[in-house]
Amino acid sequence: MHGLAFDISHSLAGGLVLVSFMMLYQDRLTSLLNVFALHAVMLSLSVAWQALIQDAPHLYVTAAIALLFKAIIIPVALRRIVYKLGIHRDIETVVGIGPTMLAGMGLVALSLALMLRVTADADALAREDLAFALSVVLLGLLFMVTRRNAVSQVVGFMSLENGLILAATGAKGMPLVVEISVAFSVLIAFIVIGIVLFRIRERFDSVDVSQLDVSRGERT
Amino acid sequence: MTELAVQLGCVAALLAVAVVAAPLSRTPRLATAIIYGATLIVCAVATASALTWLLLHADAAAERVLPIGLPWLGAHLRLDALAAFFLVVINLGGTLASLYALGYGRHEHAPHRVLPFYPAFLAGMNLVVLAADAFSYLLSWEFMSLASWALVMAHHRDASNRRAGYVYLVMASFGTLMLLLAFGLLAGSAGNYDFAAIRAAQHTPYVATLVLILLLLGAGSKAGLVPLHVWLPLAHPAAPSHVSALMSGVMTKVAIYGFIRVVFDLLGTPDWSTSGIVLALGGVTAALGILYALMEKDLKRLLAYSTIENVGIIFVSLGLALAFQTNHQPIPAALAFTAALFHVLNHSLFKSLLFFGAGAVLSVTGERDMDRLGGLIHRMPFTSVVFLIGSVAISALPPFNGFVSEWLIFQAVLQSPQLPQWGLKILVPAVGGLMALAAALAAACFVKAYGVTFLGRPRGAATLAAKEVDRFSLAAMAILAALCLLAGVLPGLVMDALAPIATEILGSRLAPQSGMAWLSIVPIAQSHSSYNGLLVAVFIAVSASLSFGAIRLVSSGAVRRGPAWGCGFTDPVPLAQYSAAGFAQPIRRVFGTLMFRARDHVTMPPPGDIAPARLRIELHDQIWERIYAPLAGGIMAASVRLNRMQLLTIRGYLSLVFVTLVTLLLVLAIWT
Repeated sequence: MHGLAFDISHSLAGGLVLVSFMMLYQDRLTSLLNVFALHAVMLSLSVAWQALIQDAPHLYVTAAIALLFKAIIIPVALRRIVYKLGIHRDIETVVGIGPTMLAGMGLVALSLALMLRVTADADALAREDLAFALSVVLLGLLFMVTRRNAVSQVVGFMSLENGLILAATGAKGMPLVVEISVAFSVLIAFIVIGIVLFRIRERFDSVDVSQLDVSRGERT
Repeated sequence: MTELAVQLGCVAALLAVAVVAAPLSRTPRLATAIIYGATLIVCAVATASALTWLLLHADAAAERVLPIGLPWLGAHLRLDALAAFFLVVINLGGTLASLYALGYGRHEHAPHRVLPFYPAFLAGMNLVVLAADAFSYLLSWEFMSLASWALVMAHHRDASNRRAGYVYLVMASFGTLMLLLAFGLLAGSAGNYDFAAIRAAQHTPYVATLVLILLLLGAGSKAGLVPLHVWLPLAHPAAPSHVSALMSGVMTKVAIYGFIRVVFDLLGTPDWSTSGIVLALGGVTAALGILYALMEKDLKRLLAYSTIENVGIIFVSLGLALAFQTNHQPIPAALAFTAALFHVLNHSLFKSLLFFGAGAVLSVTGERDMDRLGGLIHRMPFTSVVFLIGSVAISALPPFNGFVSEWLIFQAVLQSPQLPQWGLKILVPAVGGLMALAAALAAACFVKAYGVTFLGRPRGAATLAAKEVDRFSLAAMAILAALCLLAGVLPGLVMDALAPIATEILGSRLAPQSGMAWLSIVPIAQSHSSYNGLLVAVFIAVSASLSFGAIRLVSSGAVRRGPAWGCGFTDPVPLAQYSAAGFAQPIRRVFGTLMFRARDHVTMPPPGDIAPARLRIELHDQIWERIYAPLAGGIMAASVRLNRMQLLTIRGYLSLVFVTLVTLLLVLAIWT
């Protein structure tokens, strides 16, 4: 049983990393939002599996929160924003897809090499989880760096946060309060970012953050 | 136990006075009287209670934990013999400075910038000494630094004062950072910030050496050890004179307290080689400090540089105590330690006296430049007498107190052949030589300060209008002068009062001195050396009055006034008198070329030209130019380059975070 449980949790966490990679090469916002929803679903599956094998019922709450907010409410809301702003047909590429993917692979290798060595005496499940979680966080950051559109940066931030939740659930004994507060903070961040998006749009007729630099006199 | 409560009450009272002072200072005359009167009373009570503790319960320690500060730590406060002694020094200085300021403070043109910070400064110094955990210690230390910074900036319209305040602030932050690191090392990973826990813990020799060096940097920068002294001659004179007296006479002592508390009390026994660092730094500080003072013609700056010299002497003595203590030679260690504490007390007395005197001169003439003063002995006879007493005491001449403590330090130096290490055997006499040099130069320096300021004929119009200062100032100076004489004549009493501190800190003490015949002091053994202040004083008094009487007997009593001999000048204007720069010229020739790259430029007009010849003296502060100026330049250049980082794009910032994170992870991956 233990071997199977480990394999399933391993593959779910690995799936999360894989979906992070999928996000890296989405150049349309609508498809990016779909992949992000998939990302959240993978996360909630993974957390639910952890709840089952760790026999920790409060993790089901975390999984439910992830599913509800991240897989449904936030993508739907972002999609509405994207349509309202009229940027659903925009294509944005800052760095080419090939180099980005290569960099992502490097990051995953780095986090695996590091985490497996640092956590040598932790149990196998936690080690794998931490290594994958760090990969997801790094990929989320990479995603944010390679995008220019404010909406995609929000998505990158949310996927980074998914990695944090994965790390938190891998560690046994993380209190529920912490998870709820993390989820809540993400919601607040979403609201604030949503408002900021509209403000940026109002002023610059675009959500391309490079427009902000023009306004600061950095670039003409 | 009640003494600790009294001390805490006094600190609370001082803080309350500081709070009240802000609204009160709208009516300056009234506020000056009330605030300084209040601090006078509070400090007098604190002095009395600390003295009682030192004399009666010196072998005990009172402790109290107040529920303020860090929640799991609280504020530990402790009163033991060492703390009580330094409380006496601080509050005695505070009492007399307040008395002096009752008169001097009336001339203050910005009282609202001085009155609130003055009691706060006193409270801060008291708290540093009372604190018994690292957190409250550092907090009070910073409080003290900031309050004194505010006092330095009291006359902030003057650009040189603003610069002084800036340099002081930078150096104070540096010092506190060093102390923070030192306490961090002492507390270890367990985080025992309570002094009792630090004292109980065992420190490895590596940690002990590192802590000692950090303390030398941290406490040393506040005390004025070379090369960390740069702020001191700028900041001390910038403050109003009674505050200058406190900063020079008392605050440097608080820094020395910090050094003693950590190195002698908390650290256990460090390696013997560390004492060499303290000795060498102390010797260099003593010699360089007084050389700087000799080059100076600003009276208050001269006094500030002389403080650096005295701090050097105290550190030499502490280094000796450390050397003997680490070699398990208790009696010489106790001798050096007692001598250091004695000199702490003495310096606080005569340096306050001299700063008060300089303040008196400043308040009646508005002049700090000695080359524009002169002849003040006729207009300020009382001030000139007490200033002379202070000068004699600081030049370490008997029968005053300065002689006793320096004599004791030299007695400790003479014990150095007992040390087993050859390094110390060679170093200690060398440092003793530096101290002897410093003592001789100090005498020259104060002959210059006194002679140029008070003797001769007035050099400027400001001096002509001078008259004696008010009674409060005179009373404060008179008390200090009397204390200087008293401590010099009855050194045995002071040494006996200091003995419990040596017992507490070193575990050994000098033999009781009060039982000796004729009030002499015998630090080691009768056959070695002894000194009798009373006898010397009586001898000086008797022989001086006898020769005075004899001269009066032989000479006629009539006063004759005739023209002063002008050394061949036909028109001896007062400006042609011996000047401060002229007095220092031989010493500048000997030492200045090496230490200051001193150069005299003489512009001699050609024959027939009636333009005056000019002498310009070029001095370079090597420490500033070689260490601080390149450092400041480097920091400036780096910040100009880094300034571009302030204006990155959003993606630029994100990339920065990302690259930093990945780099750190890479380092970790390669390292582990």
